[in-house]
Formats: sequence, C-alpha cells, structure tokens
Amino acid sequence: MDLSTNYLGFKLSSPLMAGSSPLVTDLGEVKKLEDSGASAIVMHSLFEEQISGERLASIYHMEMYADSYAEALSYFPKPDEYRMGPEQYLEQIRKIKQTVAIPVIGSLNGSTVGGWTDYAKLIQQAGADALELNVYTLATDPQESGDQMEKRTLEVVRAVTQAVSIPIAVKLSPFYSSLANFAHQLDDLGVDALVLFNRFYQPDIDIEKLEAMSSLKLSTSAELLLRIRWLAILSRKLGANLACSGGVHTPEDVIKSIMAGAHAVQVVSCLLERGTEYLKELNAGLAQQVETLEYNSLQQMRGNMSLARCPDPGAFERANYMRILQTWRPETAK
Amino acid sequence: MLTLDGNEAAASVAHRVSEVIAIYPITPSSPMGEFSDEWSAKGKKNIWGTIPSVTEMQSEGGAAGAVHGALQAGALSTTFTASQGLLLMIPNMYKIAGELTPFVMHVTARTLATHALSIFGDHSDVMACRQTGFAMLCSESVQGAHDLALVAHSASLASRIPFMHFFDGFRTSHEVAKIEMLNDEDLAALVTDDMVKAHRDRCLTPDRPVLRGTAQNPDTFFQAREACNGFYDACPDFVQKAMNQFAKLTGRQYNLFDYFGAPDAERVIVIMGSGADVTHEAVEYMLKKGEKVGVLKVRLFRPWSGKHFLAALPKSVKKLAVLDRTKEPGAVGDPLYQDVVTSLVELGATGIKVVAGRYGLSSKEFTPAMVMGVYAEMAKPNCRPKFTIGIMDDVTHLSIAYDTELSIEPDDVKRAVFFGLGADGTVGANKNSIKIIGEETDNFAQGYFVYDSKKSGAITISHLRFGPRQIRSAYLVTKAQFVACHQYSFLEKYDMLDYAAPGATFLLNSPMPREKVWDDLPAEFQKAMIEKKIKFYVIDAYKVGHDTGMGVRINTIMQTCFFAISGVLPKDEAIAQIKKAIKKTYSRKGDEVVQKNFAAVDHTLAHLFEIPVPATVTAKKSMPPIVSDKAPDFIKRVSAVMMANKGDLLPVSAFPVDGTWPLASTQWEKRNIATEIPVWDSSICIQCNKCAMVCPHAAIRSKVYEPALLAKAPATFKSVDYKGADFKGMKFTIQIAPEDCTGCTLCVSVCPAKDKSNPKSKAINMADQLPLREPEKKNYDFFLALPDPDRTKLRIDVKGSQFMRPLFEYSGACAGCGETPYVKLLTQLFGDRLIVANATGCSSIYSGNLPTTPYCVDSNGRGPAWANSLFEDNAEFGLGYRLAINKQTEIARELSAKLSSQLGENLVKELLNADQSTEAGIAAQRVRVVELRKQLASMSSPEATRLGFVADYLVRKSVWILGGDGWAYDIGYGGLDHVLATGHDVNLLVMDTEVYSNTGGQASKATPMGAAAKFASAGKTTPKKDLGMIAMSYGNIYVAKVAFGARDAQTVKAFQEAESFTGASMVIAYAHCIAHGYDLSYGCEQQKLAVDSGHWPLFRYDPRLAAQGKQPLQIDSAAPKARLMQYVRNETRYRMVEQTNPEAFAKLIGQAQFDVAKRWMLYEQMSKLAVYQAPAEESATPAEKAAAEKA
Repeated sequence: MDLSTNYLGFKLSSPLMAGSSPLVTDLGEVKKLEDSGASAIVMHSLFEEQISGERLASIYHMEMYADSYAEALSYFPKPDEYRMGPEQYLEQIRKIKQTVAIPVIGSLNGSTVGGWTDYAKLIQQAGADALELNVYTLATDPQESGDQMEKRTLEVVRAVTQAVSIPIAVKLSPFYSSLANFAHQLDDLGVDALVLFNRFYQPDIDIEKLEAMSSLKLSTSAELLLRIRWLAILSRKLGANLACSGGVHTPEDVIKSIMAGAHAVQVVSCLLERGTEYLKELNAGLAQQVETLEYNSLQQMRGNMSLARCPDPGAFERANYMRILQTWRPETAK
Repeated sequence: MLTLDGNEAAASVAHRVSEVIAIYPITPSSPMGEFSDEWSAKGKKNIWGTIPSVTEMQSEGGAAGAVHGALQAGALSTTFTASQGLLLMIPNMYKIAGELTPFVMHVTARTLATHALSIFGDHSDVMACRQTGFAMLCSESVQGAHDLALVAHSASLASRIPFMHFFDGFRTSHEVAKIEMLNDEDLAALVTDDMVKAHRDRCLTPDRPVLRGTAQNPDTFFQAREACNGFYDACPDFVQKAMNQFAKLTGRQYNLFDYFGAPDAERVIVIMGSGADVTHEAVEYMLKKGEKVGVLKVRLFRPWSGKHFLAALPKSVKKLAVLDRTKEPGAVGDPLYQDVVTSLVELGATGIKVVAGRYGLSSKEFTPAMVMGVYAEMAKPNCRPKFTIGIMDDVTHLSIAYDTELSIEPDDVKRAVFFGLGADGTVGANKNSIKIIGEETDNFAQGYFVYDSKKSGAITISHLRFGPRQIRSAYLVTKAQFVACHQYSFLEKYDMLDYAAPGATFLLNSPMPREKVWDDLPAEFQKAMIEKKIKFYVIDAYKVGHDTGMGVRINTIMQTCFFAISGVLPKDEAIAQIKKAIKKTYSRKGDEVVQKNFAAVDHTLAHLFEIPVPATVTAKKSMPPIVSDKAPDFIKRVSAVMMANKGDLLPVSAFPVDGTWPLASTQWEKRNIATEIPVWDSSICIQCNKCAMVCPHAAIRSKVYEPALLAKAPATFKSVDYKGADFKGMKFTIQIAPEDCTGCTLCVSVCPAKDKSNPKSKAINMADQLPLREPEKKNYDFFLALPDPDRTKLRIDVKGSQFMRPLFEYSGACAGCGETPYVKLLTQLFGDRLIVANATGCSSIYSGNLPTTPYCVDSNGRGPAWANSLFEDNAEFGLGYRLAINKQTEIARELSAKLSSQLGENLVKELLNADQSTEAGIAAQRVRVVELRKQLASMSSPEATRLGFVADYLVRKSVWILGGDGWAYDIGYGGLDHVLATGHDVNLLVMDTEVYSNTGGQASKATPMGAAAKFASAGKTTPKKDLGMIAMSYGNIYVAKVAFGARDAQTVKAFQEAESFTGASMVIAYAHCIAHGYDLSYGCEQQKLAVDSGHWPLFRYDPRLAAQGKQPLQIDSAAPKARLMQYVRNETRYRMVEQTNPEAFAKLIGQAQFDVAKRWMLYEQMSKLAVYQAPAEESATPAEKAAAEKA
C-alpha cells in the first residue's frame, strides 16, 4: 500500500512523523525512529527565552560574587570557555542529520523578533531541512488585544520567512478568536504548513502544599477531536499543508486526521507510552486500514471529511456542540 | 602592550617555559595556578609546542614532592605558592637545591601566620626559605614579575641552582598595570635547547641509571655538602648574564643590584620588592629638590653577592638605611640588614654607617612620605640604628615620624577612587576601564583593589591611576581627582571625601530625587564638599539598571559616568570604547546581553546630573557613630576605628600582645546590608522554629517566656501564646535582628506555614528594611533582654534547640551560607562548654577575620573558646585540646579524691561519679563545682590551691574540630585519619561545600564527578571520595552524614549523638555554597534534591549500637527517588559542563548515577547485616579460659 504523502515540499513515505519530543536528544532513539518508519523528525523546541534566561542567570551567578573578596576574585573557571547559547541544540541537529536520511525539522520558540530570525538562521545553517515555528504564547496581558497579538505573530512569521530559505511550518494553538481568519493570514505570508495544535503544559495544583505543579500529561485520543474539527474547517482552503499534532494514538486516529485534511500527522505521546517501535505497528495498522476501507491512496482519502466535502458539514460547526449536550447521558459516557 | 596583574604576568612566562606544573591553591598565588590550568585546558602550548600538564595536589607539600619527582625524571617544572604553602615546601626545597636541580617556583610573598593569620604581603615567607639553597630573585612591579620570571628560568638552567622568583603579594600580584609583553621568541632566546638538554641528560632514567638520595654518614656528608660551593659562587654571574641578554632583546636592563639616585648620594636606602619602586619615586622627587639621596634595589638576594652589592653603591655614600619587610623577633637584625652589614664588614667598607628599618608588614602602606621620613631620620646626626616606619609604636618607641599629609604625586597623573559593593560589579568595571585606557590610548594605567574582610555585603575600594609615564606608585591613592560612591548607604559609614583632592569630582549613586540629594547628605560630606570645592554629580544607577534590564549590576552604568565626567578620555571616544569593550566581553554570552549593556550606557548619559554645591552646610544630620555608646571600651577604642577603615591610625599599645582577642564583637557592628528583611506573621506561624534553624547569621530568633515580661514591651513587639504542652501558658516570639540580617531569604523559603487564602504569604515574608529598622531595633533589644529559657527544660530537637541562645552570631559569612547554620547549632547545643579548633578556610575567616568576631557568650559569661592553628594540622590541633583537657580533668579528679575527707566525701563522690550526659546533669555538676570552690576557698594546702586551678575541668568539655572539605579530604586528611584512629573523645565537623570555597572554587577530592571547578574546568572526571565510608571502616568511630536543609531533625540528632559518644566522632555536613552557582535562597531545596537523588545519603553510624548487638549503621534517607540529573541541572557548576560538552557530561553523570545506585546498595546491605557476636569462649581472656578449663 502506498502511504506516501507530500508535506513541506518533501515526499514522505508515510504521514507518520515523530513530533517534537525529548526522544531526539538520544541518537539511538533517533535511529530507531527512522527504522520504525518515521517519515520525518521534528526536533524539540529551542526556546529563546530559556537560552537568554540561562545566559543571564549564569552570568549573574558567576559574577555576583566575583571581585568581592581578596582570596577569591572568582568562584568558577573562566565563563568564556563555556558556550551558553544554542550550540548544544544546533549540534544535535547536525548529529541527527548525520544519523538519519529522513527530513529533520527544527523547532523554534522565540521571544523577540531578533531571536526568532537569528535562531532560525542558525537552525538552517545547522542543516535542518525545514523549520517549525512553535508559536507558544499565552495572552495574559490585559493591555494587548487579540488583534495586536495576531499582528505580532504575523510580523515574526514574516521576518522568519524572509530570513531563511527552508520550508516553514507554523504550529498554532487553538486559542484565536478567529482561527480560520488567522490561518488565512499566515497562508498569505507563504508559510508552507500549519500544525494543529500545540498542547500547552498546564499547571496542576498541590492542594496540601498550596503549590502550582508543572505537569506534563500525555495526550489521549480524546484530544484528537479538536484537531479533526479544525483540520476539516481549514482543509482545501489554504495553500499551506496541514499537519495534525496531539491525540494521534491509533491507526484509526491517523485515518481520521487524514480524512479531515491532514497531510501528515505527528505522534509523540503514544511513542513515549509504548516505545519508539510502536511506530511500526502504527504504519502497519494504517496500511491495513486503508486497504480494508478500500482506498487506493492517502491522496484519495485526504480531506474527504473536510467541511467542504463532508456530507454533514454542520457537525463541525456549532450544531455539533448542541447535539452533544442534548444527547449526553451518564451511561453513554461510559 | 597589555594590562594585566602580576600573577598573570609571571604565570604567562612560567607556563610557556614549563612542561610539568604541580599546583595547590593559596592566596595570593592561586591565580597563577588557575591561569596555568586554564591555558592548558584551552590547549595553549609552551614555547616547544607542547601543552604543559597541570596537576592539582593535596597540599603544597604534595606539589613540592610532585615537582621534585618531575625534575628528577627530566621535565621542566614549576609551581606557585606563598606563605604557609611555601613553608610546606621547605623540605623538598632543601632536596631540590642539594641535588643542584634547575627549577623555578614563583612566589607571591605573603605574611606568615604568627599572632594572627594575614593573607597580605610581606617577605616573612620567602625569608623563611633563605637557608634552603634556593636562589632568590625579587621583582618590584608587574613588569618586573614578567621580566624576571624569564631571567629566573634562564639563570636556573644555566647555573643549576633552583630559583624562587618572588614579588609582593597583592601589591604586585594583584595590581593591574600596563606592561610590555615578552613573546615566545624572547623566551626561546633565554631558555635554549642546550640548557634543556643538559637538564634532561642529568635525569633519572633506566636507560642511564644513577642513584640519588643516598644516606651519608659522618665520614663524608660534610665534604659532600661543600662540593656544591662553586655553583653558588658562579650563580650571580649567570643571573647577570641572563639580565644582560634580556636587556639586548627588550631594552630593559636589570642588574643584581640597581642603583637610582644622585651619583654623589650620601644617604641611600637599600630595599627590595614593590617598596623599591616607591622609594624610586620619592628619590626622583627629592633629586629635583637637590637632595643627595639614592636607592639601591636588591634583585638577587640569594646567592648574596657582596662584591656586586658594593660595586653598585656610589662611592659617596655615608649612610645606608636597610629596609626589611619582615620581622625576625630576637635576631640581631632582619635578614637584608644582616647581609648588608656582613658584606660591608667583609669587604672592609666599614666607613659606611648602616641603620635598619622595618616597614610594610602584611601589606601595610609604604608611601613616598614614609621614604622621605626615613631619609629625614638618616640625616639626623643621632639617627636611630633600628626603627620601624609606617606605624605608631608607642610601646617600644621604635617608629619614626613622617609627614602623613605629604603627597608628591604629579598633577598629570589622574587618580580615582571608587567605593562599591562586591555584588555591584565596581571592581570589574574598573578593571575594564584600565584595559580601555591602558590598551587603547598611550596612557599608562594602574589599578589596585582593596576588599572587605566580610563576605556578605562586602565593600570594595578601587584605586586607579592613569598617566603619561610608567606608574611606580605602589601605594593607595589618597588625593584623588575623582571619587565615586556606588552605594548610597556608604554615606553614613565611610568618610569617602577624605580621599578627595581639592577641586575633585564626587559622583554619587543616589536613589534620591536630584533636588533633594544635597539636603540628604550628612553634614560631614556637605562641609568637605564646600571646603574642597568639590564638583558634585549624581545618578540613580539602580533605576537606570532596572529600566534597562541590568538589575543590580550597575557596573556599566557607573563606568559610563566615570568616563563622561572624569575627563580621562574625550567623552565620545570613551563611550565608543566602553561599547567596544562590552561587545568583546559579552558577545559570547549573546546579543541580548550586549544590547542591554548598550542601552544602559545610553540611558546613563541622560540620567547623570551635576548638582550645584551651595556655599553653606544645610544638613540636618551627621554620620552616625560607628558603634553604640553602650559598647565596651575595647570595641570603642580599637574595633570601631578598624570598622571605620581607619585601623592604620591605631598605635601598637592598642593591641593585645599575643593575638588574643575578645569575643562577641559582631553585635556592635551594625552593618545594615539587607534592603529587605523578614517580617513575622504570628497569625500564620506554626511555631516550628525552622526559620531560626536555617538562619546563617542568627538574625532571626525565637523565645518562650513568661507573659508578665511583656509589660514593658515596645508597642510593635509581637507575641502569641505558645502552642505546646512543654511551656503551657507562656508566650512565644519570633524576632528579627533588623540591622544584622543579610536578606538571604532562607528563612522565608524554609517556612512551611502559608496563609490558606493567600498562599503567597507565609509566616515569614520579606519587607523593606528602612521603615522597619528603628521599631525592630527596639523590639530586638527587648527580645534579647528577655531571659533565655532554662536549658534543662528544653527538648533537644529542632524546635527546642532554637530556644537555646546561639553563641555564634552575625558572622561575615556570605548571605545564605550553608555552613554557618551548623556552626550556630553547635553553639546552641554545647556552646557553654565548647572549645573549637578551626581549620583555615571560610569557617576560620568568618569566625576570626577582624575587625569583629561572631563567637559570643551566654548570660553566665561562658561561650565557645576558638582558635585557628593552620590549614593542614587542624585535627591534630584539636586532639591537643582533648589531651590537655583530659589531663587537667584527671588532675582535678585525682586532687578531689585526695582531698575528699576535707571537701566532704559525698560532694567528691558526686563530683567524680556525676552523670553529665544531659543538660540537667551538666547543670548539677556546675552547682557541685561552685560548692567545691566554696570549700577550697577556706583551704590553704598546695593541693587545694592546685585543685582550684583545674576545678572547672570537672564539668565535661566538648571538643569540636571544624573545617571544610579542602582540609578534611585533602590537606588535613592524614591528620584527620590519625586523630580518628586514636579514638579520643573529639568531634569533627566537616562542612562539605565540595570545593575550596575560600580560595575561589578549586576542586577538592570532595568535588563530585561532573561538576566544574577550577582545576577541573571540564568537569571532574573522578568520583567524590566517600570519607564517611573510610571512617566507618574503623568500626569504633561515630560517623554521620547530614544535610540540615533536607532533614534538620536528623542533623540535630547526629550532633547530639556525636557529642555524647565518648570516642572519636565525625559529622560530614552538606553545605550549599555560592561556588555552586545558584540562588542560595533555594539552598534547602537543593539539599533535599541532593538527598532524594542519592548524591548525599543521610546516615548515622553509632558503634554503641554494635555493643548492644545492633547494626551500627542506620540510614536516615529513603532510597533515591529523584534522578541525579534533576539535582545537578539546577547548579551552574554542572550546567557549564553540560553546555560545553553535553556528551561528555552525559557520560560523567551517567557514571555518577551508577555510582549513586552502587553506593546506595552497599549502604543498604551494610545497614541490614547481622552484627557479629563473639561466642562466650572467644570473649574470655586467657586467664578466664584457664580458670574455666581447670574448673
């Protein structure tokens, strides 16, 4: 069965990509991803804020006590011997490129326009085949309107597209007042793909210690539904490719994503849960399902359940919400 | 030309002409070893194209042994040291010299510890080696340290005599100056392959075997010892030859003795070291006035060449003053003087009168005014034959007078003095300014920096000079044209304008609005500004820092102000240069750092204002007194003068003759360094006392007391009912010492009680100090006056221990220090019968560095007796305490028994059989001793008198031996091991920061694998030594590993058990440290992670349990539940390795993680082992066995 697909200008052997995850820090795992059939690898995100924060913190901790006391004019070996920048990340891209033949996609979360463009260039120079911009911000500033925020993001994306020549994907959160409109604006800037959606890490509460706990919960298939809806809404209306990220755990999940319009799907949680080699099972299951459902290719399937083509488009819009509320019963939830 | 300090100047040569370098850190020479290590780590090669190997040893003795071996095996070797370290090298120095081995050690001459330790400079250490057979070559300046380092290496190889090349500690080693650098070709010209070959040819090798180190006997040793004479005779000529060759290469001519002065001089000073440059400057000035004076600078002190000495003196000389920077009590004269006199006598120059002067001990200032004082004295017909200069000796009246106001500095030398905090970056900025001016303009530049004796809130004073000529002024700036105060709070502490010349500019970093600044100045400042016609500028640097994201690092801002208004460089050029320097310094750290600094520069200029100085004083306040009126006489008369930075003015009579110093003086030094202090919310508090437990400075305390005592409480004094059955009905207070707190916030972070509706707020929260200062001062005074609870009624746990009065308070330790909570706890538990032996290091510095000391006394006048002997001998020193106490106790017991019938049988019986294992038992014994003394008062026998001398020893004393990991794991390990093995009742407290903290973070054997430290910059590749396991192997030693931040209750328990154990005990205590590189307010959390990750397992090994048939090892922490990575990632010392080489780091931490698991398994298995019980027949003695058999 031909599972090939086109994404970001690459012909991928399968829509199943390894999404942005800590798996890429281990070259052995990276090799296993390729061997298990990952069609591309997305790096974990390089966070500009984290780098600059660490730089400032290390300067602070090293310099704070320097030149204060006659017997110890410093407390660390000379800091200029230490690289406090993105080198570690860039080096990992270089090494992964040497390890695998599949496309390697860098991932970046900047905090300043200069940071976005500078790091994007560095990621390209390090050999990444494409770049995923991880637009990961929470709109917490009451002074900033949604419009201003979107403009800011568009400005960054424009700057990055001008700064690098490799294909660019933008990974979005679902929290835009008009996601469809915003997606079109991004599309107009010429981005090559949109990735739906980012999963925000959400703090939990320790009710005894009265502390907020940062927690990372793996996704479940239930989260896929939000993606499917928006893939279906955006599919066939944009020049950009679409990728589904978050909630893909089974071959059926992959099929649903593609039917909703995804060119590719990114998997992370299921690999963290079941091991890298689960990708083999996913690919095999996908091939089997496509065959069972009697499709010739993924191309035939892609977007057949999108808003534009689906027999019941209202299901993806407001009506869906009403229907679920009205039909929900405890026993159905079980 | 480059600007660098004396250490770098010397090390730059030494590293390039050496192959094997063995090092050990000691102030002020440590930077030479650090530079060498850093250069080799970066792959910097020597002149022969190989990277010198650099190895850190366990002590200077070890370093000397290692270089001795390296030399014997044919390598070119060097080392760096000073002071006590040099003394440890002496045995090897004799050997190296006796074997005629070419070798150079570079020494930053430093004071030897006598009545007190001093890290500063004089020649007492090098002079203690003048008999070893080493040649001694002295440099007087940074340029000299660079140049003569090469001459020493060359002459040593040529002459086969080993050399000690030395220069003045701090004054030269730490002075930053602009110098001409020697290139590799210069070095190769003086250290030739032929010389190297000759050295290699003599080496020990099995290919051409020889034998050295024989034992010789009375028949031959003497003759054989004389066989080397010819080499010493020839050495001076080899040195002069090297100097001449050096001059041809560089144009800088040095001689064994350099004369400068009038060709027909009658009065000549003979001197060496930085003082020679000062004398040169004074002579230059006096020559212009037509005086017939001169200076003879001694460069080669050993081998002494009388012939060259006399030849260098002008024939006209009538009087010599020989100035020594050392003191040999009881000698006929100090060493240089003795050599000069002997030479003159030997060479028949007996017409020259010679007088001896001593100057500059422990970096005491030596100025042109003092030099001129010496010449003035020499001019007197009845000139003193022996004198001191620079101090006021009102006891033996040796000191001579000089004009303390005299300054001969020319107007074209710009002088600036900066007062800053260590933490604000003032020194770094000034070093940067010197680089800019020295390297980017034709000006010469000099910088010298004076640091604080305290580690928290440390003040720094920078002395800078810029001028068109070489700067020889090796003394502090006194008449500055520019004075800057980088901290507003200094206005009430330091008389900064004392440093200002008339017409000078004064720059103040002030948070006050500019229209109010003048009126807010103390009257003293206003008066001085008016009188000296000072130009006054202000900037709110913290605001600019805040606005531009620079935080509290105001270095760039203040540096910009200096360049903008001092006129040292044209303003625009200066600003451009600052930006260039910023780019150079910070570009590797990212553009955002560079941009923030640029923004700070630009913002600064817009916020710098000149304030017109009115004609009259308008101030409504004066500088407050340095200490309270209530302070004891000694504090007011002596300590307060030192606190005001005016200790130089104190005469000899002010001081105890033997270094004995009173306790409890930090309480009088109100430092007010915290901008925010803790505030207690009594409504939320659960009365756990953890805040008091973790406070490194004893600045937050708790007390229970009778409610009636509150009658006279100040209005804002807080008090609640005590929660708990033990003191039911009493009141409870947590009180902050507002002026002593350093603002570290450890108390806030450890506080477990949160406001349930606003968890941000705890029972302890930080608030601005200024509005709280006055009311809390009153509250704290009231709190201190409340009686301490009866110790015999307190439970000995975390809470109970904190009701005991700390007898260690407000030390000079860093804010957030991880060591001092242990020291404080020790004094709370055992302070009234505690005697401490303290190894040199952080703990000896924060305990004993003057002007004030933190150990104090209880209401009965009892408290810890404390002394520091050395770094390496501390365990032995402490054992000595125990032996002496045991003996005196034994005498007291013997005499008591002997006098039993007169003293009362019952009393003596009780005295001799007293159970002193509890506070109540101790208290009861004290009562008996009082009774005993009462009885003794009416007795007159010699025995009774002698019992009176030692009766107090009937009360049990607690001997504690304190130190850091550098002492316990490295330099003092042999002694520590031996003392433990003796089984005597001593308690060792090892405060393990996993690094040499006091000397600036060099690796020790306690440094964990994967952590970066100096001398292990790529991360330590070997595991941390398991000192606890080694000690446990004896089986009869109490050993505990504790971490107060992880389990404070276990810490308290271990201290108690260690103390009560009548054999040797050792407590190894985790101490977080600024050298770990994170915000120390998270210190307790990191300690928890250290324990949870298994890096620092908690345990107690109590041999008493084995005697009861129980397993002595009890593990007090759970199996590792966090990954090591979670712990190490939070600390810069590890992160810097990960950033540099992630793969190597992953391997190191992987191995360390494996070691954690392995060690845990071993400990766990050990803790479960059944204890061997001797069968009855085995435990019987031979006599018992024989009896049994017979039966």
